Amino acid sequence: MTKFISIRNKSGSLSYRLNRKTSLTFLILFLFSILLFLVCLSVGSSFIHPFAVINHLLGNGTGEYDFVINTLRLPRVLLGFMIGAALGVSGLILQGIIRNPLASPDIIGITGGASVGAIIFIVSFMGTVSVQWLPLAALLGAGIVATFTYVMSWKDGVTPIRLVLIGIGVAAAMKALTTMMIVLSDTYSTSTAYLWLTGSLYAAKWQDVYSMLPWIILFIPLALLFSRIVNVKQLGDDVATALGVRVQLYRMILLFISVALAGSAVAYAGGIGFVGLIAPHISRMIADRSFSSLVPITSLVGGIIVVLSDLVARTAFLPLDIPAGVFTSGIGAPFFIYLLYRNRNM
Amino acid sequence: MKRLVSRKSYRWLALAISSGLFLFIFMLSIALGQTPIQLHTVFDAIFNYDETITEHIIITTSRLSRAIIAAVIGASLAVAGALMQALTKNPLGAPDILGVNAGALFFIVVSATLFSVSSLVHYMWIAFLGAAISGGLVYLLGSLGRDGMSPIKIVLAGAAITALFVSFTQGLLVTDEQGLQSVLFWLAGSVAGRSVDMLLPVLPFILGAGTIALLMGGSINILMSGEDVAKSLGQKTVLIKALMGLIIIILAGSSVAVAGSIGFVGLIVPHMVRGLVGSDYRWIIPFSALLGASLLLLADIVARFVIMPQEMPIGVMTALLGTPFFIYIARRGLAKND
Repeated sequence: MTKFISIRNKSGSLSYRLNRKTSLTFLILFLFSILLFLVCLSVGSSFIHPFAVINHLLGNGTGEYDFVINTLRLPRVLLGFMIGAALGVSGLILQGIIRNPLASPDIIGITGGASVGAIIFIVSFMGTVSVQWLPLAALLGAGIVATFTYVMSWKDGVTPIRLVLIGIGVAAAMKALTTMMIVLSDTYSTSTAYLWLTGSLYAAKWQDVYSMLPWIILFIPLALLFSRIVNVKQLGDDVATALGVRVQLYRMILLFISVALAGSAVAYAGGIGFVGLIAPHISRMIADRSFSSLVPITSLVGGIIVVLSDLVARTAFLPLDIPAGVFTSGIGAPFFIYLLYRNRNM
Repeated sequence: MKRLVSRKSYRWLALAISSGLFLFIFMLSIALGQTPIQLHTVFDAIFNYDETITEHIIITTSRLSRAIIAAVIGASLAVAGALMQALTKNPLGAPDILGVNAGALFFIVVSATLFSVSSLVHYMWIAFLGAAISGGLVYLLGSLGRDGMSPIKIVLAGAAITALFVSFTQGLLVTDEQGLQSVLFWLAGSVAGRSVDMLLPVLPFILGAGTIALLMGGSINILMSGEDVAKSLGQKTVLIKALMGLIIIILAGSSVAVAGSIGFVGLIVPHMVRGLVGSDYRWIIPFSALLGASLLLLADIVARFVIMPQEMPIGVMTALLGTPFFIYIARRGLAKND
């Protein structure tokens, strides 16, 4: 009757501790995700019966739903799920290394940097360069801003608080830059850029799904690999150093993973806010607090949040298709205030 | 004793120099632009106006009102920032960082897009309401908990409330393209293209709040020596703090109503002033007003030239100037509280 199952290789250099309760939670979330997928594929401006959807997915369909399911809904759901997973894990890592429950990619300016990159692209290169390169511009922006924030916070090493504060300052500057680009551009680019900024899965294509996938496959397992270190780091820099963790080095690596995940997510769907903040918190409520169990749980929770928001956003106000970001913010911002209240003795 | 006297005269001298500087920048702001105007023409236009001369018309219809608005808004924001840094005991205090501007802005956007309000007097009251709600929320959230208010807590609370209102604003504007075009002005912050008439309904409030702030310098000094000390000296600290909050809301709210969200002036100026005259609030407040006005005028002049023939929104200008400064203060550390 052990609570944990340990999986490790012979030398012990890699090990993973499986918590039974967490495994059960994971299973439930996984089943719920599949259910949600089915609902998303069947609901919309034209309703398709769930059984017909299952039939279609199993390849027994007559092909009448090829367009609606294969071309429109499936890529959108998959992309949304991946983006949610990426944002969630990105926020989880940030909260782990900054040791502050309020940290998230939007608050410390990573999302802002990606937005500036993307807006520069929309305003200056749209039309002359293929839109395929938009994600690259966003990633580049996120990378530059994160590096800048990190370098600026360096003063005999980086302290979490300094990182957050400087991140807030940089985020403000990024907001000013995006505003400038929006104000100075013509009306058409203005609304395109604004729509993008709020975060929308409106035009998800298979192309996006395929190019987003490598980021997920590469970086979420990486996060899992470093989870032992995050567990130790959460005890505080001094304790971690005493236990033999190279604090500064790992902080940089983890920050890099976080930026890669957040940057790629923003690149494909714009600034879907607050997912990186709330997904880790919900996960902590339903799973144990070890980082290695939180990574998979947070991926699922983040994915569910985005897919669910997108479902509501595209069906509640038919025929209007409202950006999912409006809904995630609507839930996320009050949640943030609740967190501030709950962590009042922090 | 001798040193005290010399410090005092140094402050008066500094005040005189700052006033001179302010007047000079004010004149420059009228003279420089797409149509350069000679300084003596500026004097003529103000003191013997002749409506047959084109330059005089340019000055009175656009440049002068623009300069006056920039000066008043700059002064209000700087004084609001100085008071906020005192009230929250936080060197990173400023109306934009602690969410007051975002709140006022959101309320204006709501009233402009959903309720088609378009009179400035209404905007002003709405902005006051928004500033009060968001400022109150941030103050409350920042001072929750056992150990009371800490700088990091209040900055985070400010960031959270800003994120909240910004996302609400975005959500509103995404669904309303026409609304977006009409409120972009406020989003970016600008002092251009507004006539002095728009300032008039707000001006009495700004002047009143500014005067009270000036008179409160001594009380703030006492408050800054610690809550317990102030209480034992017989000060009604709650009253003083509430009054400071009210002044901040009036100054920040009316600035947003007139010129949109202009960031970082409230952050930078009080720090510069402290470097100049020390930590005596009887001096910090008048100096903040003077230098805040000068700084915003200067930023406005630069904004006209950096991307000629277009104009940079002034809020963007101040944010870009202010971020390095913000980083500098954050690097120096929040614990040290001067």
